[in-house]
Amino acid sequence: MSEQVQHAGHDHPEPGFFLKYCWSTDHKMIAMQYLFTGMAMAMIGGFLAYVFRMQQGFPNHYVPGFGLVTPGRYNEVVTMHGTIMIFWVAMPVLIAAFGNYLIPLMIGCDDMAFPRINRLSYQIFLLSAIVLLGSFLVKGGAFGGAWTAYPPLSASGAYNLTPIGATLWLLAVALEFVAFLLGGINFTVTVMNSRAPGMKMFDIPILIWMIVLATVIFMASAGPLIAGAVMLLFDQTMATGFYDPVRGGDPLLWQHLFWFFGHPEVYVVLLPAMGIVAEIIAVFARKKLFGYKSMLYSTWGVGILSFVVWAHHQFVAGIDPRMANVFTVTTLLISIPVAELVFLYIATLYGGSIRLDTPMLWALGFLAEFLIGGVTGIFLGSSGTDIYLHDTYFLIAHFHYTFVPIAIISVFAGITFWYPKMFGRMMNETLGKIHFWGTVIPFNVIFIPLFMTGMAGDQRRIYSYAQFAEQSRPALQHLRTTSTIGLLVMLSFQLIFIFNFFWSMRNGKRAEANPWRSTTLEWTVPSPPPHGNFAELPTVYRGPYEYGLPGRADDYWPQNAPN
Amino acid sequence: MSSQTSITDSRVALAAKTSAKRVPNSVLGMIIFVATEIMFFAGLMSAHTIAKATVLGGVWPPAGQPRLPVERTAINTTILLLSAILLLIGNRRMRTDRESALRYIAAAIACGIAFVSLQGVEWVALLREGLTMTSSSHGAFFYLIVGAHALHAVAAIIALTWVYVMMRAGKFVPSRFAATQIFWYFVVVVWPVIYLRVYL
Repeated sequence: MSEQVQHAGHDHPEPGFFLKYCWSTDHKMIAMQYLFTGMAMAMIGGFLAYVFRMQQGFPNHYVPGFGLVTPGRYNEVVTMHGTIMIFWVAMPVLIAAFGNYLIPLMIGCDDMAFPRINRLSYQIFLLSAIVLLGSFLVKGGAFGGAWTAYPPLSASGAYNLTPIGATLWLLAVALEFVAFLLGGINFTVTVMNSRAPGMKMFDIPILIWMIVLATVIFMASAGPLIAGAVMLLFDQTMATGFYDPVRGGDPLLWQHLFWFFGHPEVYVVLLPAMGIVAEIIAVFARKKLFGYKSMLYSTWGVGILSFVVWAHHQFVAGIDPRMANVFTVTTLLISIPVAELVFLYIATLYGGSIRLDTPMLWALGFLAEFLIGGVTGIFLGSSGTDIYLHDTYFLIAHFHYTFVPIAIISVFAGITFWYPKMFGRMMNETLGKIHFWGTVIPFNVIFIPLFMTGMAGDQRRIYSYAQFAEQSRPALQHLRTTSTIGLLVMLSFQLIFIFNFFWSMRNGKRAEANPWRSTTLEWTVPSPPPHGNFAELPTVYRGPYEYGLPGRADDYWPQNAPN
Repeated sequence: MSSQTSITDSRVALAAKTSAKRVPNSVLGMIIFVATEIMFFAGLMSAHTIAKATVLGGVWPPAGQPRLPVERTAINTTILLLSAILLLIGNRRMRTDRESALRYIAAAIACGIAFVSLQGVEWVALLREGLTMTSSSHGAFFYLIVGAHALHAVAAIIALTWVYVMMRAGKFVPSRFAATQIFWYFVVVVWPVIYLRVYL
């Protein structure tokens, strides 16, 4: 602790550009590096979505900005869209960017426990992104064996037609996991050891709890996938037969190892998103978060159950039907704690004095859209209905009704909420609201038609339905086209956000330290916070959600105010 | 207001008390890292178990593949377990007799190097007998799992040697020594499990 106090009081000379933006160990700068890299990757992932949706909406037409989508290119584009959006957008932005920025500020310390490991973590992450994007340029192109990389398709270049891309894909994922393992250790240790004096377990803001639980889930589930990835790498490069049934291997083995990680991964990104939404709802409803402890225990329940649901991805893969029954039960069980969380959010809203600023719109949008995602998941989690719906566009629509709220809507909620803290300026509210409606309405226009085409039987990962007589169904083409138009509208509204984001950095109204009148510690420092964060390290006297208190002059009571 | 202040004081006092009992950052970080490593080896071992259970013909090791040197590796396993005991004694002596502690640590490192070297000799013999990564899933899993462990053993030896050299130079960081020990014990404790599952 004495070390930290000394550190905060130091006078640092102003570092040069490289040292300041590329070699900094300051958690806020590293968070910005993650945020901007993640946003750049999101644009690439969005462009890829545009390419394959154009192929679906207007089959075999020239796609402006890309060209003709051949079957091979289609496979590459859908694979890389999934990979980028999950591993290079959701993970770095939700966990690494918000985690890095908010953990030290919200628990009241000057930096992460291991600042240099933190810097290394970002550098490895950047390298992984470069390797992944570089794979577009190699012979054969980027990996085209779907983001789940099932063998034998992924194990043999003769099947996936992208031998170099497949190996680079594995390498990039492995590097990224190393980066997030370093980051995860850092997050957990920081929150356990560096909290401000007086901040007890139940005084930690729920977002910080959820980020820590997410990293714990990630670290507990990543090992088996890394083991599986090493085996897949050997199958690709050294001609071993781990996944080759002819030589004593088992292709299903990969599916188990992948989904043992892959399903907890869903909750790894869901929890920080739920945390962001919880913080925002409490502030903008001016009400104490309903059931803080219930929320925490539900989150623990989600985390534990997330390890025993993975085989629901494999109901049609030839697993034992008795095992499928067990996994149906566990899958439906996990919806209980998640539903509990949603009920707690709604109970927080009930009777609050709700202000509909842009961050709150996003938070409410998250609840509404995620609810649709959750309810449609029940049909996929039941092994009986899944046999029909598996790998159809119903699944695609369900997945995006969970993931777009997580990776897009909650990120916008978080950015619009903490933007004043990050950049010292307010974002434009009018543009923010236009952007909100321009994103959420087209989002539904994209995916509601896909529920319908999926129920009618459209299989995913098919580049042109006209090529397959049993998949053709020309009567559904107008739904596919509607979905594509929805995407075009949604993507074009993102320009408003990009404009607002950069324009407000210079021209926005100057933000005071606590523009939303919030109680948590990050709002007690100037906007943007200086190096070392706190001029004087704070002491915490109470929980993080003291709003709407009768008998006080202000309707909120900051965590660090003695009385 | 006075009751308010006393609550405040008790909170600060509690915080001061808990901060004294905190696990050092590097030790906590290492514990979390070792937990992820355990899951990594659990992934490998369960994959191996499945491959073994579903092997064609139900014979393991598959026909035409050499048997693993169970007896020689048992001796090797003992050497590795001995290294952990030596390190444990070294840790206990650290408080009383630093010179003797350093000797025990050096002996532990020597045991670790002996283990890795003997494993290397064994690998060369097995390769000569025709067990390779591509000869069967038996060979593939053997080199994968034992190789992954060997890499960890080498990393542990490098880390402990570095700590030893630093201590000799008079730079003793207790938390760093503790973190390195945790990693060493992990490498030692995971080995008997591998031995039982892969060799026997």
